[in-house]
Amino acid sequence: MAVKPYRTRTFRAQAPIPTCRNHPAGKATSVRQEDDHVMRNTPRTTLRSRRRAGRALAVGMAAVMSTALLGACSSDDDSDGDGGNGDEEITLRVGVFGQFGFEESGLYDEYMELNPHITIEQDSITDNGDYITQLRTRLSQNSGLLDIQAIEIGNIAEMTTELSDRWVDFNEYPDVDASHFVEWKNQQATDPDGRLIGLGTDIGPTGICYRTDFFEQAGLPTDRDEVTELFAGGWEDYLAVGDQFAAEGPEGVAFLDSAGGMFNAVVSGYEERYYNAEGEIAYEDTEAVATGWELATQAAEAGLSSGLEQFQPDWNQAMANGDFATLPSCPAWMLGYIQSQAGEGGEDVWDVAQSPVPSNWGGAFVGVPEAGENKDEAVALAAWLTAPEQLAKLFTERGSYPSSAEAQQLPEVLEATHDYFNDAPIGQIFSQAAADVPTTVIGPYDQQIQEGITDGLLALEQNDLSPDDAWDDVVSALDNAVAE
Amino acid sequence: MTTEHRQAAPPGTPGGAAPRLDKPPHGEAPAPDPKEARRQARRSRRYRWDIKYSPYGFIAPFFLFFAAFGLFPLLYTGWSSLHQVNLNNPNDLEWVGFENFTRLWDDEFFWNALANTFTIGIISTVPQLAMALGLAHLLNYRMRGSMFFRVAILTPYATSIAAATLVFVMLFGQGDYGVINWGLGLVGIDGVSWEAGDWSSQLAVSTIVIWRWTGYNTLIYLAAMQAIPNDLYESASLDGASRWQQFVHVTLPALRPTILFTVVVSTIGATQLFGEPMLFGGDESGGAQGQYQTLGLYMYETGWTNRHLGRAAAIAWTMFLLLIVIGLLYAFITRWVGRSTGEEE
Repeated sequence: MAVKPYRTRTFRAQAPIPTCRNHPAGKATSVRQEDDHVMRNTPRTTLRSRRRAGRALAVGMAAVMSTALLGACSSDDDSDGDGGNGDEEITLRVGVFGQFGFEESGLYDEYMELNPHITIEQDSITDNGDYITQLRTRLSQNSGLLDIQAIEIGNIAEMTTELSDRWVDFNEYPDVDASHFVEWKNQQATDPDGRLIGLGTDIGPTGICYRTDFFEQAGLPTDRDEVTELFAGGWEDYLAVGDQFAAEGPEGVAFLDSAGGMFNAVVSGYEERYYNAEGEIAYEDTEAVATGWELATQAAEAGLSSGLEQFQPDWNQAMANGDFATLPSCPAWMLGYIQSQAGEGGEDVWDVAQSPVPSNWGGAFVGVPEAGENKDEAVALAAWLTAPEQLAKLFTERGSYPSSAEAQQLPEVLEATHDYFNDAPIGQIFSQAAADVPTTVIGPYDQQIQEGITDGLLALEQNDLSPDDAWDDVVSALDNAVAE
Repeated sequence: MTTEHRQAAPPGTPGGAAPRLDKPPHGEAPAPDPKEARRQARRSRRYRWDIKYSPYGFIAPFFLFFAAFGLFPLLYTGWSSLHQVNLNNPNDLEWVGFENFTRLWDDEFFWNALANTFTIGIISTVPQLAMALGLAHLLNYRMRGSMFFRVAILTPYATSIAAATLVFVMLFGQGDYGVINWGLGLVGIDGVSWEAGDWSSQLAVSTIVIWRWTGYNTLIYLAAMQAIPNDLYESASLDGASRWQQFVHVTLPALRPTILFTVVVSTIGATQLFGEPMLFGGDESGGAQGQYQTLGLYMYETGWTNRHLGRAAAIAWTMFLLLIVIGLLYAFITRWVGRSTGEEE
């Protein structure tokens, strides 16, 4: 593990010593804070000289303040204590989207404690759509970039193809060990020249989430092993159970949430779905899309789906009201989502079983832009944040399943259970699923193609289009979307 | 100017309308000192320049900013629209001539967006302005707490568009999830999938626009109404005109220029409609079949989701040209209306 040295490295002997204000440590800390303050109000693009001036100003201010406020404190070897030897005060800025989890699970604080000369600041944009728009513009102009930037899996392909040269190659840093990640995760972040531009954070191996109360009412088994067994034959079995559920289950409850969700569950189980191995757009010809479309339209036409658009307010509300019984594609991060939407009413009625064909849905990477000023320190931080221990913590604290094979085997991950889901052994369920996830080829227009097809299924469900008409619409919309 | 008149009618106050008394008569001026004359000439030249050029100096900041943030982007967008450009590499332009424009002719999604923009524009602007006119008329009456109502009617305008749209999304929820469908259910009408249908979704988006902008237009109308002299109403009522007749024959003609102004502003707003449909659907696709995707959304989707900046620039310029055409049309109508009623422009 590459990052070990950074964890154990100690900077400045005075840091851990709790002292009277007289001790230099007290002052050193105040210098650091002043410096942060200046940095925060300083545009990132300032020239080195201006930064140095800002630093000098900060040190000066700190000196004045400490003299004024803590008159008794001595002011000896402060200025020569932190300059020039690589332990310079550094502020690293991390750009993420949504509730990424680094800050929430206390990883920044931990790192700053281990490396007192480093201050970490985070910029978070709630929605990845807004985040990626900003990131693209900044990458294309190579300016305004933070030291570390998160990349959602749906955008990783355009980063490895169209924008690869804007990112640092982690392979060039001997301290970074990427071998602990699952193989396909590294492959997705590797560009055609073999440069590794992103380190994985989380992945989304899928199970099937289901409501035990509705299953009971429909005369189906409720135990998660039996339910796993029920679906074990594949997606046809799953839909057959759906037919049974529709016939005998409770009134007004759909078997699954949406045709789009069904499609997503099926299509992601294949290696080639929207792109072929040569990297060409091939969604019209792949077995994955054909099967996914077939099964999803079948579910929609049999009335098994509630016909809502995933993650829209109506869908959330349906989840809270208990208007559908299963989520065919239920990755690890979805558990937290269900919990927040379904609330107390859903506690212990939701459970999670193994998927017949596990796949991956979602996940993210962190990369270091070439334009950053502190690339070495940023790479060290990125490697530390994605090291097995930290990823395990992200899982136990935030429910983001680790992309590191090593982290997946750590006891705290493997033995994890989820109280909200009848104490389901999620560590085991998802580690088994993760082992079966195929190495999917992804391309720069993956997200657009996925959304285009999901939109087509939604139109089919909501506006009673025939599957053929809906598919024609999908193709013409996607032709337009990808045409240069 | 002769001496006889000197004693007559001296001005009461300095700076009055009468000529200054101390000014030597023409032709009797002492021989000018050349130095003094030069100085005077210089001063008057400076004075002339000041009068002539200072105003430009005063408005220059606006035009400098306009050049940097208005004109340059406009021209650069025009330049980009003639190229194939990827959002991820905007400095790498590949010349394609007018292809980005000509392809719009065969682009069903562009025409769909244009039609949606048009229909949403009509069904939001017409009721909005009609209601604003009626409300302004009501608010123009002498009544208790008129200030409160005037402020209250402007609150939607001051509300954040995102917050307001979220509320409307809940109102227009599908199936049993929306308040409106719940209300319809109470009176025995089946719920409508507002977002899924063509008309229903456009109606929903228009409702947000109407809600937001009616108050703004009301205040503009109200201000114009208060500028109408009261004697017109008095004489109208002396002639036995009813309230309604007064509204039609006094208020409306006096408001004509104001109405034209609001129509122009609303049309521009409707052509650029973006925030409401974007937040209503949650993304820029404007519904699963683009049933309420406006031109603004289509441009955004093309440029920022699908990363074709050149094509997006062409759409932007088409929208701009469209607005110019509409502007010329309105200018023509204004002139025509002004001429037909014998008013001066």
